[in-house]
Amino acid sequence: MLRDEVKQLSDGPDWNFPLLEEYHIEIKRIAEYYRLDTYPNQIEVITAEQMMDAYSSVGMPIGYNHWSFGKKFIQTEQSYKRGQMGLAYEIVINSNPCIAYLMEENTIPMQALVIAHACYGHNSFFKNNYLFKSWTDADSIIDYLVFSKNYIAECEQKYGIDAVENIVDSCHALMNYGVDRYKRPSEPSLSEEKRRQQERTDYLQTQVNELWRTLPQYNQKPEPTEPNYPAEPQENILYFVEKNAPLLQSWQREIIRIVRKISQYFYPQKQTQVMNEGWATFWHYTITNHMYDEGLVSDKFMLEILHNHTNVIVQPAYNSPYYSGMNPYALGFAMFTDIRRICEHPTEEDKAWFPDIAGSDWLDTLHFAMQNFKDESFISQYLSPKVMRDMHFFSIEDNENSKFIEVSAIHNEEGYQQLRNKLSAQYNLSNNEPNIQVFNVNKKGDRSLTLRYVPHQEIPLDAKSAQEVIKHLHRLWSFDVRLEQVQANGNVEIISQSASTKI
Amino acid sequence: MAHFIDRRLNGKNKSTVNRQRFMRRYNSQIKKAVSDAVNNRSIQDITSGESVSIPTRDISEPVFHQGKGGKRTIVHPGNDQFITGDKISRPPPGAGSGSGGGEASDSGEGNDDFNFQISKDEYLDLLFEDLELPNLQENQFNSIVEMRTRRAGYTSHGNPGNISIIKSLQNSLARRTALAGGKKRKVKALQQQVDELTNQGEIEGQFVRELKKEIAELKERISKVPFIDTFDLRYNNFEQYAVPNSQAVMFCLMDVSGSMDQPTKDMAKRFYILLYLFLTRTYKTIEVVYIRHHTQAKEVDEHEFFYSQETGGTIVSSALKLMDKIVTDKFPANEWNIYAAQASDGDNWADDSPLCRKLLLDKIMPQVRYFSYIEITNRAHQTLWREYEKVAEEYSQFALQHIRQLEDIYPVFRELFKKQAA
Repeated sequence: MLRDEVKQLSDGPDWNFPLLEEYHIEIKRIAEYYRLDTYPNQIEVITAEQMMDAYSSVGMPIGYNHWSFGKKFIQTEQSYKRGQMGLAYEIVINSNPCIAYLMEENTIPMQALVIAHACYGHNSFFKNNYLFKSWTDADSIIDYLVFSKNYIAECEQKYGIDAVENIVDSCHALMNYGVDRYKRPSEPSLSEEKRRQQERTDYLQTQVNELWRTLPQYNQKPEPTEPNYPAEPQENILYFVEKNAPLLQSWQREIIRIVRKISQYFYPQKQTQVMNEGWATFWHYTITNHMYDEGLVSDKFMLEILHNHTNVIVQPAYNSPYYSGMNPYALGFAMFTDIRRICEHPTEEDKAWFPDIAGSDWLDTLHFAMQNFKDESFISQYLSPKVMRDMHFFSIEDNENSKFIEVSAIHNEEGYQQLRNKLSAQYNLSNNEPNIQVFNVNKKGDRSLTLRYVPHQEIPLDAKSAQEVIKHLHRLWSFDVRLEQVQANGNVEIISQSASTKI
Repeated sequence: MAHFIDRRLNGKNKSTVNRQRFMRRYNSQIKKAVSDAVNNRSIQDITSGESVSIPTRDISEPVFHQGKGGKRTIVHPGNDQFITGDKISRPPPGAGSGSGGGEASDSGEGNDDFNFQISKDEYLDLLFEDLELPNLQENQFNSIVEMRTRRAGYTSHGNPGNISIIKSLQNSLARRTALAGGKKRKVKALQQQVDELTNQGEIEGQFVRELKKEIAELKERISKVPFIDTFDLRYNNFEQYAVPNSQAVMFCLMDVSGSMDQPTKDMAKRFYILLYLFLTRTYKTIEVVYIRHHTQAKEVDEHEFFYSQETGGTIVSSALKLMDKIVTDKFPANEWNIYAAQASDGDNWADDSPLCRKLLLDKIMPQVRYFSYIEITNRAHQTLWREYEKVAEEYSQFALQHIRQLEDIYPVFRELFKKQAA
């Protein structure tokens, strides 16, 4: 290539701001060449202690005060001091402008890697993936976090730290149930408009009909059974509590709303771990290699990059002492790399499995994949036999009623389809998180709240923690709370119950 | 397009508040850990920070998560031996990471305790929380002996060395403005009139001459306003104020007769150290006087106090006499806050005990802020305890407590210095 004509950038190892700027200009140029569309970047250099602060607030740059963040900080600090864990090289925040934290300790090759990874990889993912687009509002998140911090601080002054802490504790216990999983926010559709219109008309009608109410009604029969309230089970427990809990004060409802909103903001990240990390890893790899091919960076620089890149994408085997489940970086990187391969150099197998993308423009295909999927659907759409072979996937069935665990599929012709479905299901959050929904409120009686747990694959709920969470929910609801389980035979059984509030 | 921001100089303790919240929430557990620790620590490092451990179940944040059992399908990487249909016997419970799928956020379930470090200050705060030096307030007024000087605004009289130039010149400027400002404005107006008339080409007539005369007169009067007047002068003011004396002396009295063995002395030492630490929180400088005694009392240094071996009978009054002498010679009660802690196993020569009571009542108690006596023994109380009980009836700042074993020290200490209901 043009190796000799291009001025090589300094490979440090120390970095300084002008050098960072030079690298950034090059990385940005290459990212634009690959059509990575990003929010503007705000790159902040921080120290290790500040990184620990950022850790403990689960990546929020501003967070309200709560003891659990203190606990996380102490945990992080302890394990960091004892050398049990290193700190991440960066943290990136889904906001506009996109904030990325770089660690001061990184060498210049690492800073370049991190800029490519976070500021162009993650950033473009945040801006273009459909989940983030429909569920998070990058423009306003920082403002919202500031608002929530101030609001909670104000409540603490007005109502006391303990009262606020109690509410926040209870909300945190139910945080995973503060999201809408299936419902999509949408512009009011025509039917929605009509419904609202109907509501307004009905309201006017009640004003008119008031006179008629006093007349005796002859043909009205008492309803046979009280219909459930809510009419359909509600998955968003926190939302339901916020809107329906009888005794909550408005500031308490607002706090529930804050926790719920933050939970919703993080929900897409949980659903796109493999894709998000895979995408960012693919791009730091591709961009740094592009820089090397252009002769911008030295061999020494590239060796350090590759060393770190390899560490990131290592996938220990199931029997390795280091094995702790699937490494999302490894899987995601392997899949995106493989999609590019399928487009550029398809084999017969690829043509059979992926007739629509084999031989197509790889960049278009990759962008399309990034934009329109989440982990679950991404795997079921794009996991190729080659990746399964390379990673030596096999699936086991663990049924508590059988004496053995059984290998149900391995990476061979018969197993590919099964493996793909099973791995996809493994990333389906609704399989991993217990399916618990608000089932009924006894509106006319004791106002008790009934939740219903529908087991997936007969997996029971952890009873001890469930009892604790029910206590928290009881605190929010203020009346009795019951948790029922639907048994395999269709019977319903109460598995957890709050202590009665009757005095 | 991208901004680089150097945040390294920003505060790094964003989590401090959250950490305090955590400490606040688990105050009782942490306090318990601290009070356990105080007994287990070696004496040398009693002031360092402390590692606190809290049972994990107390700090867990419960969430709904799946329990064990049911049917699970898990995809693993790295197949090296299996083919479809292989049956593998289940690993024994507890071996390995078991059922996998461990993505549920029941973090830390495997750990027994949550360990973390608290700093020295946090440790001492917790150690002495809710404790106070008894009778501090009512006695404080007697002990105000030290006077200090501080600034106290400005005065109009004072010595020339204290003149405040800025204040004086401000006054001067204000006075000159008040006296001459109006006249200056008038001069300006008149001058303008003269200028206008002159510009119109009028020859100097009667009117103009009068105007000029008036201007001259005004200028004359302006010039008579003095630049600075005695009236303007301001002096920095200083005043004396009394501060509570921040020096204290702590007398450690200990029986070193043969009946006091090394473990007993260690217990006494722990008590002294606690008292010392506690006093450092109130007083800036603390002197410690060690008096040990058997039949005779002697002032010694710390090492000799705790470690030298001597035997003999016991006459407690000898130590009290020596203490009284040292107080009179070196630590007059109006300049020093005097604290005393006496440790003994309760043995005393029977005839001596009434003498001790008399010494305390007449000489020592009127001078000290607080006198604590701890008896470290497993036997029944003897004459000394009974005589001391009489002292305690008369003086509220006399306290006596009984220690049987190491674990009693901290509770006894808390008992002695617990906050009295207002």
